[in-house]
Amino acid sequence: MDHFDISLVDWSRAQFALTAMYHWIFVPLTLGLSFIVAFMHTIYYRTRDEKWKKMTKFWMKLFGINFAIGVATGIILEFEFGTNWSNYSWFVGDIFGAPLAIEGILAFFLESTFIAVMFFGWDRVSEKFHMVSSWLVAFGSNLSALWILIANAWMQNPVGMKFNPDTVRNEMVDFFEIALSPTAVFKFLHTVSQAYIVGALFVVAVSAWYILKNRHLLFAKKSILIASVFGLLASLFVAFTGDSSAYDVAQTQPMKLAAMEGLYDGEEKADLNALGFLNNEKNNSNFKGVRLPGLLSVLAFKDVNAFVPGINDLVNGNAEQGILPAETRMKKGKISIQALADYKKAKNEGNEEMTSLKLKEFEENYSHFGYGYFENKEDIVPNVHLTFYSFHIMVGLGLFFILLFAWLLYASLKDKIGKSKLLLRISVWSFLFGLIASELGWVVAEVGRQPWTIQNILPVGVSTSHLSVGSVQTTFFIFLALFTILLIAEVKILITQIKKGPEEGGSHV
Amino acid sequence: MFSNLSYPVLQAYWWIIVSLLAALLIFLMFVQGGQTLIRQLAKNDKERSLLINSIGRKWDLTFTTLVTFGGAFFASFPLFYSTSFGGAYWVWMLILFSFIIQAVSYEYRTKANNFLGRKTYDTFLFINGLLSTILIGVAVGTFFTGSEFSVDKMNITNVSDPVISRWETATHGLEAAFNITNLSLGLAVFFLARVLAMLYFINNIDHSEIIQRAAKTVKICSAAFLGFFLLFIDLILTREGFAVDPDTKVVFLEKFKYLHNLLEMPLVLILLLAGVVGVLSGIFLGAFKISSKGIWFAGAGTVLTVFSILMLAGLNNTAFYPSTFDLQSSLTIHNASSSKYTLTTMSYVSLLVPFVVAYIWYSWKSLNKQKVNEADIENDTMKY
Repeated sequence: MDHFDISLVDWSRAQFALTAMYHWIFVPLTLGLSFIVAFMHTIYYRTRDEKWKKMTKFWMKLFGINFAIGVATGIILEFEFGTNWSNYSWFVGDIFGAPLAIEGILAFFLESTFIAVMFFGWDRVSEKFHMVSSWLVAFGSNLSALWILIANAWMQNPVGMKFNPDTVRNEMVDFFEIALSPTAVFKFLHTVSQAYIVGALFVVAVSAWYILKNRHLLFAKKSILIASVFGLLASLFVAFTGDSSAYDVAQTQPMKLAAMEGLYDGEEKADLNALGFLNNEKNNSNFKGVRLPGLLSVLAFKDVNAFVPGINDLVNGNAEQGILPAETRMKKGKISIQALADYKKAKNEGNEEMTSLKLKEFEENYSHFGYGYFENKEDIVPNVHLTFYSFHIMVGLGLFFILLFAWLLYASLKDKIGKSKLLLRISVWSFLFGLIASELGWVVAEVGRQPWTIQNILPVGVSTSHLSVGSVQTTFFIFLALFTILLIAEVKILITQIKKGPEEGGSHV
Repeated sequence: MFSNLSYPVLQAYWWIIVSLLAALLIFLMFVQGGQTLIRQLAKNDKERSLLINSIGRKWDLTFTTLVTFGGAFFASFPLFYSTSFGGAYWVWMLILFSFIIQAVSYEYRTKANNFLGRKTYDTFLFINGLLSTILIGVAVGTFFTGSEFSVDKMNITNVSDPVISRWETATHGLEAAFNITNLSLGLAVFFLARVLAMLYFINNIDHSEIIQRAAKTVKICSAAFLGFFLLFIDLILTREGFAVDPDTKVVFLEKFKYLHNLLEMPLVLILLLAGVVGVLSGIFLGAFKISSKGIWFAGAGTVLTVFSILMLAGLNNTAFYPSTFDLQSSLTIHNASSSKYTLTTMSYVSLLVPFVVAYIWYSWKSLNKQKVNEADIENDTMKY
């Protein structure tokens, strides 16, 4: 694709990655903490015990601090599809715009309206309406996650649409196929449940720090008990949905799966590369470490004998397995693109025979359309090392969280939570690990699907707005500076509030 | 029910929905107007805190309306999204930057150890109030004055340079601010937002000195608003407009197009007049009677006025986002819209809007049962 302005694409991607990853520092905490606040609020509502009111107010305050910066970093993401991905916005806007609009109408208003009630409703609205508002905030934030993840899932697995050559774009033909596609369902479940882990880890980290400092012991122990139940259930569920997601990736994005596993040469009874390192070789001797025999085939196709295609199979083709070489797909893609141009020309000239001929040619080759923009077959390979390590570290951390929550729950129930300094120290740091695992999940999903914005249909290079590189660089650095400053402010405020502790939850500053 | 509607009717329906969201947004930008008035209306920290907390309970409603407006516009007229946002890059980016700094400022301004200090956050609020009102007005102004861009959807088949929408000025949108029509609308929105903010304070705050000051300042800002608003109306009604031939879809310049639209759509004329009367009576009630009803009259008037102005831009065979570089690249509600299927689907979703408005109304009422006063704010553990 050397004729595209590569650096424009790269800077546009860099800006999207920057803004998305900053946004994602705050989102999981919002999703997770909103439920924890709602639980606590309910317990207070039931018991009218001031201790629970204090706890609710304390976590609610931290939630608010985090929520504000989540909102600040979120607004740009919606508009960035227009500002920086102009071609994309027309080419698939007919499908992609809908979930964004629904997210606004259904979820954001719910969230913002009831957040005001949740924060300012103490003594102003009835206690029941107030408690219900906390639940509506949690419900609203998770509902917004649902719609934006449906949108993202559709990019990874474009279903429910058809290309309309007269409007030159993809158009929606089945809303429910898009909203209920397995990719969307697994993506939603996996993403929100891992967000609950992050929320639980936050509560655990803050509470463990109090215990280490010998402060607010009762408060901290109660918080840990609630968080470890919530966290253990969430982390088990994440493992289950992660497995389902991998299965879905194997069906819809084989190249991503190959990159996640560093698999170059496809095989039957494929081993899972569990723990180890990759070198730069472009065959299966690239992995040094522990392999679990046959497990990748099971993971990907629920069948130990199944063939899992590797990067080389997808690039060079594998006739035996019916995989087309990338170069063939590139040729077919170019035919499809040219047929579209010819179709339009014939239609304008009123040549009906040619019009239907070219339309047929276009449609026959449309599944390869996006490949037509590539010059080299290697262009279809994502960054293997980045995808591989992100995936493996994420999975490792996910397993660690299960053990951590189980240990915490056991210690809580036996009332031994203060006994192990080691457990408490690990707990304090685990919040950071939670965020890392969460961000790495997005790296796997988004780096692993390169070079596509829409799988097989639209490459990133063809998606951008026609801007000067300087403009995008400038906004990139403005975002970097702005978000970094705001993050520093958020962290300082959070830490100060945590140091003050829940006892002062009643006073303002 | 929507499945039976024709494609052009659905396109008009969605132009109406998007315009209604825009109209609500401009009304709710009283929050932004308020942010520019803090120094002027408050004489000490307590008063400042009272004002900020009064509008602070509404800021995310405005913000959410902006985001929803964006999403609805994307879903219904994606070609506008790709052409305008990707083209007039700098105008939109400046607007967005100003909203980013707004979003943290309420929550962080008085928190201990907030890194930037209260004054910086208050300045952020001021910048947002100033920039977003003027620039959104300027951006809407281009719906009547046009911008320099070209659109060719078939360029996607040009493998070496697949650019669908191309902005033809290097300033990427900033040029719009140097047009007198756009600027007069920008300043009209700015002063209107301030007027609405003061009417809101009169309604919401229990503090006689602030109310006195607001009632005084609202007169000055109203005069400025009326001046710029009438200038804008005069400029668009007397200028050439961007008409579309309904049969050939060819875009051409028509003298007095927007005046013709007004006369050919009498309902829009009535709504516009009702809107202006509403704004004027709201101003009168607030400024001269110190009545808390002022905001409701002016608010409803604002919604009607903005709504009918947008009807002039998009309906009656008019190009709503015209290109002065290439007339035939101009966007109309027909060539920029989503497919019939998507518009139909989204129309069902739009049926939920009255329900959303109802719960917003209910919670707004429950929280605003009493006016806010200094003691209230001091005692509120969740205050900004």
